[in-house]
Amino acid sequence: MTTAVAERQRGIGGAISDLFFARPQLVTFLLLTPPLLWIGVVYIGSLFALLLQSFYSLDDFSGLVVHEFTLSTYAQLFEASNAQIILRTVTMAALVTVASAIIAFPIAYYAARYARGWTKALFYLAVMMPLWSSYLVKVYAWKLILAKEGIITWFANELHLRWLLDGILALPVVGGPSLSFSYLGTFLVFVYIWLPYMILPTQAALERVPANFIEASADLGADPRQTFRTVIFPLALPGIVAGSIFTFSLTLGDYIIPQIVGNSRLMIGQAVYTLQGTAGNIPLAAAFTVVPMLIMAVYLWMAKRMGAFDVL
Amino acid sequence: MSSKANRTTPLGLRISAIAGLLFLHLPLALIFLYAFTTEEKSFEFPPPGLTTKWFGVAWTSRPDIWPPLYLSLQVAAIATVLALIFGTLAAAALSRARFFGRETISLLFVLPIALPGIITGIALRSAFDIMSIPFSVWTIILGHATFCIVVVYNNAVARFRRLNGNLVEASMDLGANSFQTFRHVILPQIGTALLAGGMLAFALSFDEVIVTTFTAGQQTTLPIWMLSELIRPRQRPVTNVVAVFVFIVTLLPILAAYYLTREGEHTGGSSK
Repeated sequence: MTTAVAERQRGIGGAISDLFFARPQLVTFLLLTPPLLWIGVVYIGSLFALLLQSFYSLDDFSGLVVHEFTLSTYAQLFEASNAQIILRTVTMAALVTVASAIIAFPIAYYAARYARGWTKALFYLAVMMPLWSSYLVKVYAWKLILAKEGIITWFANELHLRWLLDGILALPVVGGPSLSFSYLGTFLVFVYIWLPYMILPTQAALERVPANFIEASADLGADPRQTFRTVIFPLALPGIVAGSIFTFSLTLGDYIIPQIVGNSRLMIGQAVYTLQGTAGNIPLAAAFTVVPMLIMAVYLWMAKRMGAFDVL
Repeated sequence: MSSKANRTTPLGLRISAIAGLLFLHLPLALIFLYAFTTEEKSFEFPPPGLTTKWFGVAWTSRPDIWPPLYLSLQVAAIATVLALIFGTLAAAALSRARFFGRETISLLFVLPIALPGIITGIALRSAFDIMSIPFSVWTIILGHATFCIVVVYNNAVARFRRLNGNLVEASMDLGANSFQTFRHVILPQIGTALLAGGMLAFALSFDEVIVTTFTAGQQTTLPIWMLSELIRPRQRPVTNVVAVFVFIVTLLPILAAYYLTREGEHTGGSSK
């Protein structure tokens, strides 16, 4: 029997198989090298190229990039106008994250704890479809909704709530000439587009809460609110943090949503886009991108400590 | 499982969950509605009249739609194939081995979607600049494949983890070599996960705009065409017709992927 097997294993395929069996690390190495080279060379290489550019500077007179090491480009980030762009973007990202978490939680909670059978499948699809469907189509849908002559204005007129809409638009900072030219509009679209990214990990975390924990909590005399506050919510938190990685990071870097729905004040993404494009100031654009990278590095580090990666 | 009392849903929870889902879905209905409006200069609601003529207009008298469509299909197809190869290799390696730095490497593969797309975009662009690589279809594909790898990787790694090691050992014991085992034992089990990952990657690439604006140069993919129509609208309902088309083209692979991975749960080869 054993000789028969050994007989069949000869040949190049067999010899290689023997080698693979004897050295499993070799298999891992061979499998991992091509994709690692791709990510390493194409992606990480490009990131370093970008990082390098941020230490160059732009000559104000000639408009050419000076290829000498300097920190002056980073110093420009702290000029009032640029610092405002960063602060504005981070504030927006934080608000969008909080709002997404609040809207996502009931959906995730319902899907994880109450939906069964076909409703469970329905919930899953109902979250997956908007997550994967076209980004631009979704942004476009909101352009239609928020337009001055669009459906929100129509509803406000029909319900005799026009005063409310006008009152909201008249608010300082968040308001504007119409919803599609206001921070409020930008905020709504961000929340809409990134919401599924928050629902899925929150739901995954909630599904891992063991049912007997909840029963034990009830047996030990906790009312449903106490059980929620002391058992369910703390166990769901890593999921919310995992979701917030996406909502926060995606808001930090997006430049299309604030360009299509929003006022003329720039966010980091738009600043990067205009700096590298029309202005040709690659060093400052590169320095700008380091800001979300640093923020996300800190964010990911904290998220990892909270166990958020186990939910992804 | 036993307590029936827990199953009655609190009303407030039910309402906020349903409201949340409506918030996710109603806006997309408007895209369809506005594809039929007779008003082409504004987004007037309700539409003053309904017509199907814009579908004809998009089909016959807007030649500017077709080249971007072909380019997008071409890019998505090639990027998907590349992502399938690299994503599967990475998943196979990282799901079976335990070695130092494994966590870091798996983070590396997730990085292109964890970091904002604009960073990937401008990083690639400055790399092309430095190496004087001219923009071409391949510069677009390069960017797309990089973030599509993650999608395939995520799908494949979950299935690889569920793969029953006993089956592989049994196959080897019965005299199959590594390649035969891969072909006859592993591939049938991971096939649907790969197909699902590939479809999601295709949908992602077909629709991508942020990285593409940096790697396309003067070329126009379908999303870039749409973006320019959003900024400088011409015939707004025609944009809606294209949006409906893009919506369906991305939706079908998603539904198929869902169906495939669902079926897969029952054929994972895990012995009870």
